[in-house]
Amino acid sequence: MRTRLEGMDCMALNRDFIGRAFPPSEPYEVSRVKIREFAEAIGDPNPVYRDRDAAKAAGHPDVIAPPTFPIVITLGSDALLDPELGLNFAMVVHGEQRFEYQRPLRAGDVVVTESTISGIRSIGRNERLDIQTVVTTVEGEHICTSHNVLIERGA
Amino acid sequence: MTATVKYDEVEVGQEIPERTYPVKRLDLVKYAGASGDFNPIHWNENFAKSVGLPDVIAHGMYTMAEGGRFVTDWAGDPGAVIDYGVRFSSMVVVPDDEGAEIVISGKIEEKREDNTVVVALTARAAGEKVLTRAKATVRLA
Repeated sequence: MRTRLEGMDCMALNRDFIGRAFPPSEPYEVSRVKIREFAEAIGDPNPVYRDRDAAKAAGHPDVIAPPTFPIVITLGSDALLDPELGLNFAMVVHGEQRFEYQRPLRAGDVVVTESTISGIRSIGRNERLDIQTVVTTVEGEHICTSHNVLIERGA
Repeated sequence: MTATVKYDEVEVGQEIPERTYPVKRLDLVKYAGASGDFNPIHWNENFAKSVGLPDVIAHGMYTMAEGGRFVTDWAGDPGAVIDYGVRFSSMVVVPDDEGAEIVISGKIEEKREDNTVVVALTARAAGEKVLTRAKATVRLA
């Protein structure tokens, strides 16, 4: 990101948030409708995202979600909305993203997310924020872990 | 999990043919709704330019999703993907009328135990690499 902005201040992110773990989210129920909507939005016609029989034929109990679907429940973390953190969303771009999967999310899963800010550091004029989010079912089954790097572009 | 590609039939260095995924403003609006990421840099040209961007840019996750689609179409089952990570190295600029194209190709980088392989992805838009360190670990049949 080489864009330069004149006359705009980029506040440093609050380093007190490094290592902070946030309470679990409210339970989120993964629905067939939401999976289909997401698959449509990414233009992916794969029937395992829409058709229960196709998903079952592929060995899944119900329709599964595309690999990047967990972003729906892991990006909008309350952790980032705390004004004390000082994140200016207008200046945020996504730096890196990784998912480690135990299994795909599927329709009927009721999951909670738990986020931790694992790092904050300056890279040149930018601020880098590392967030780790663990997704588990309400029964306690670990589904996936998301590693998210956000870059707040500096002036 | 039933990947259709067989581990024994895959070699390190093997290439997965390139595919092109067009992206229009409408796709970004749909993606904003589906993902919940309504950052106006992804749909409002005036806003995007006011924060120093050349134009509306695609969500990084939209590009990552197309990379995921590339891998799952190859492997035959999305459930076969056990790890997927990318670094967003450049923006996909999406002009209003013509839109943009994301061109993705892949190569088998490594064969591991447990029938897993690491696929290295290359993604370009307007000649720029938009993803780097893009790798998916997939469990094959």
